[in-house]
Amino acid sequence: MTTEKHAMGKSMKRKEDPRFLQGKGNYIDDINLPNQLWMALVHSPYPHANIRGIDSSAAMEIPGAVAVVTSKELNAYKVGWLPTFHGLDKQMVLADGKVLYQHQEVAAVYAETREAAYDMAELVEVDYEPLPVMADPYKSMTDEVILRPDRENATNHIFNWNVGKKAETDAALEAADHVVKQHMTFQRCHAAPLETCGCIAEFDAMGRLQFYVTSQAPHVYRTALFLVLGIPEDKIRVISPDLGGGFGNKVPVYPGYVCAIAGALVLKRPVKWIETRTENLTSSFARDYHMDIEIGATKEGKVTALKVNTVADHGAFDAAADPSKYPAGMFGIVTGSYDFPNAYANLDAYFTNKMPGGVAYRCSFRVTEASYAIERAMDILADELKIDPAELRRKNFVQPEQFPYQSPLNFIYDSGDYEKTMNVALERIGYKELLKEQAEKRARGELMGIGLSTFTEVTGAGPSKHFDILGIKMFDGAEIRIHPSGSGIIRTGSKSQGQGHETTWAQIVAEELGLDPQNFLVEEGDTDTAPYGLGTYASRSTPVAGGALALAARKIREKARKIAAHVLEVSEHDLEWKDYKFNVMGAPSKSITMQEIAFAAYTNPGENEPGLEATLYYDPPNMVFPHGTYVAVVDVDRDTGETKVRRFLAIDDCGTIINPMIVEGQVHGGLTEGFAIAFMQEIAYDDEGNNLATNFTDYLVPTSLESPSWETGHTVTPSPHHPIGAKSVGESPNVGSPAAFVNAVIDALSPLGVKHIDMPLTREKVWSAIRNAEALAAD
Amino acid sequence: MSQISLNINGKTTTADVENRTLLVHFIREQAKLTGTHVGCDSSSCGVCTVLLDGNPVKSCTVFAIMAEGHEIKTVESLAPGGVLHPIQQAFWDQHGLQCGYCTPGMMMTSIALLEQNPNPSEHEIREGLSGNLCRCTGYNNIVKAVQQAATAMSTQAADD
Repeated sequence: MTTEKHAMGKSMKRKEDPRFLQGKGNYIDDINLPNQLWMALVHSPYPHANIRGIDSSAAMEIPGAVAVVTSKELNAYKVGWLPTFHGLDKQMVLADGKVLYQHQEVAAVYAETREAAYDMAELVEVDYEPLPVMADPYKSMTDEVILRPDRENATNHIFNWNVGKKAETDAALEAADHVVKQHMTFQRCHAAPLETCGCIAEFDAMGRLQFYVTSQAPHVYRTALFLVLGIPEDKIRVISPDLGGGFGNKVPVYPGYVCAIAGALVLKRPVKWIETRTENLTSSFARDYHMDIEIGATKEGKVTALKVNTVADHGAFDAAADPSKYPAGMFGIVTGSYDFPNAYANLDAYFTNKMPGGVAYRCSFRVTEASYAIERAMDILADELKIDPAELRRKNFVQPEQFPYQSPLNFIYDSGDYEKTMNVALERIGYKELLKEQAEKRARGELMGIGLSTFTEVTGAGPSKHFDILGIKMFDGAEIRIHPSGSGIIRTGSKSQGQGHETTWAQIVAEELGLDPQNFLVEEGDTDTAPYGLGTYASRSTPVAGGALALAARKIREKARKIAAHVLEVSEHDLEWKDYKFNVMGAPSKSITMQEIAFAAYTNPGENEPGLEATLYYDPPNMVFPHGTYVAVVDVDRDTGETKVRRFLAIDDCGTIINPMIVEGQVHGGLTEGFAIAFMQEIAYDDEGNNLATNFTDYLVPTSLESPSWETGHTVTPSPHHPIGAKSVGESPNVGSPAAFVNAVIDALSPLGVKHIDMPLTREKVWSAIRNAEALAAD
Repeated sequence: MSQISLNINGKTTTADVENRTLLVHFIREQAKLTGTHVGCDSSSCGVCTVLLDGNPVKSCTVFAIMAEGHEIKTVESLAPGGVLHPIQQAFWDQHGLQCGYCTPGMMMTSIALLEQNPNPSEHEIREGLSGNLCRCTGYNNIVKAVQQAATAMSTQAADD
């Protein structure tokens, strides 16, 4: 008889919650150091301009003013520019001679109080000479105005990336019975966690930098600070406290951080800087991919080829947070869940006068753009071939027996059962009944839509042979120490931003060791104590740090076996780990629990090394490939263009589930972010390069009132190579849902002949699409 | 600068502040109660929500000097002696929080909502909380938490 799993798979309430519920979370702005200065930044009102001069005399008249720093001072210390994460470009810390985007940081001011710092920032006089603006990648690709004369090549073209077989794909498209083509844009978005970024920098009496910062990747920051500032890593301690959300926004090293450290070094006092919301929304971005997608298919709907050409808008610096060898991230996942015999993806990236970035916003590096493109295109194909979208997908899914599946764009999918997941979803949503209802409504002229997305993600970067950031391989470390009483401490190089690591990490270790998950302290975010890790983003924590934890726990178990053998006076080969304890084979009454072994490790270890702890670095052999089927049901008001999401069902397959309650919570949150992207969020620019979404009155976050009530469920297809079979889930809903929403709205509008609308599907855009379609029909 | 005394959670804090000092900054920096957060500059997000004479207000939209003579309650008042308030217990039980940043403001608004409407419908809860943004939970579990708290608080009231 085996015991039921005692820690894994349980909806254990979160261990971190009591402090948050009592207002005792420790976020960056809750930290204040004695004698600290406040820093504020001066931002450019122009998107492209030469700087003819900066006059800080009026600012320095403010009571409490301490200093003003510009690129001149930073350059004198050789910290005027910082390398971008993949090392292929460099980025100004403060505008050096010219500004390249609106809101770019131009000067840093330091004062005794926050108020004085903001007053100073208002009074720094900058003399700008405006230059022509390239706010559109299709404009900047003409090279009419060169935005980055500091670079070797006089062009706005940053790089070309392509994957797959072009000639074969073109031939297959040529030979196809039917080809669909669609241009679609995944608009510029922002992760917008409710807590903005911020930091406090202090050099202690020994000249050691204590750097408190909102970072999803504290160890990467430590190494990056060494590379930028030249401070030896032993003289840097990065502490990332509780984070009020991150979603990728807290991965980049922002100019403000460098200015705070430079200020602390020169002024010899701690410097604190907390972003305003406008600073947060104007310092980085996600997405901004402009895609032309083509699918070739037989007349029966069997896909034969996929081709995608993308223009990527990277803004003023190539600061996309992608692994070095993947300038377009994991965009190669664009073949999705379908067995394409031929595929080719090509991408060109350009500079524009917009903020830099390309952060992986709740997304494993461009997977969201890819997933949206393929899931939209499959619906367009279904519409043109007059095949039900679910049936078209069923005809083309990669089949369970094809795993491990070599995709035409160079991924090896680990596992999946796409049809099973879709069947569960269709059954639960009542697909047949909905189709019937839709037919009746259409007959009455009502606009009801059903949208499917049967996406596949690639997450868990990654295997060291392919993945690095700044040259550092993307593995993760875990450390577990078991105390004599059987409780313990767990440390990893990951960093929770609300995902609940303090709970799920304890569950993984407790399951492996048969100990109580309530008795584990989980610690992350302090580079002095945590083992090296690349951090938490791109859905890599469970696939990488989670794997490290399970294997570290097994290392402890192997040591425990030796101690158990000593205590029980048997050979270790006579012991088997079963039902969460070591049993003597053939002598069922003789056994020892891990708690008893822990005590023995410190009191009676025999010839064995005393103590019970392990540190382990896990280099995953492959990525993991979560998948899911999402179904959106919408009603569109023909007169107003208003869309109501009546139902939304998400069936996710994230492999082994550690904590169902937390998984469901992750899905709810990600769906709400996907809903926002589909219907309301965009960092839009006008032709003059003015950023039109600089606060929460223009960049909308959905409230409880417009957010749909989410329905969830799951299938479980474990990853064959992951130590506990887990994949990831935090990003799936944000990756998979935008296409489901848009497919549903376009399905609703399809009787009018509407084929596609780019996100966000605002009431105005939908209304215009309906009116245009009606006008065309009347002609 | 003006000297003001504010009654926060039944305790008086006196400090010299600029007239433009926001109530949220007074609460965080003079009264040293950091459970009330700041999330935007446009009164959009509600993470700074406190109760002013029992009514939820966004404390970034109130000058500290305007709060003199009023009774202010923050999240730190909810669990005297460490026993969680029913709303705190419900947010924990229902997984109504993830990063925890919106949670104090969300709970203060919920308490005011339940004071005014002890038995709200789902729609009334969603409407009542619509001034408080959450970026993590998608609100499903927050709604469930408020429903649980409504039941717990009405049972508690019946027992009193």
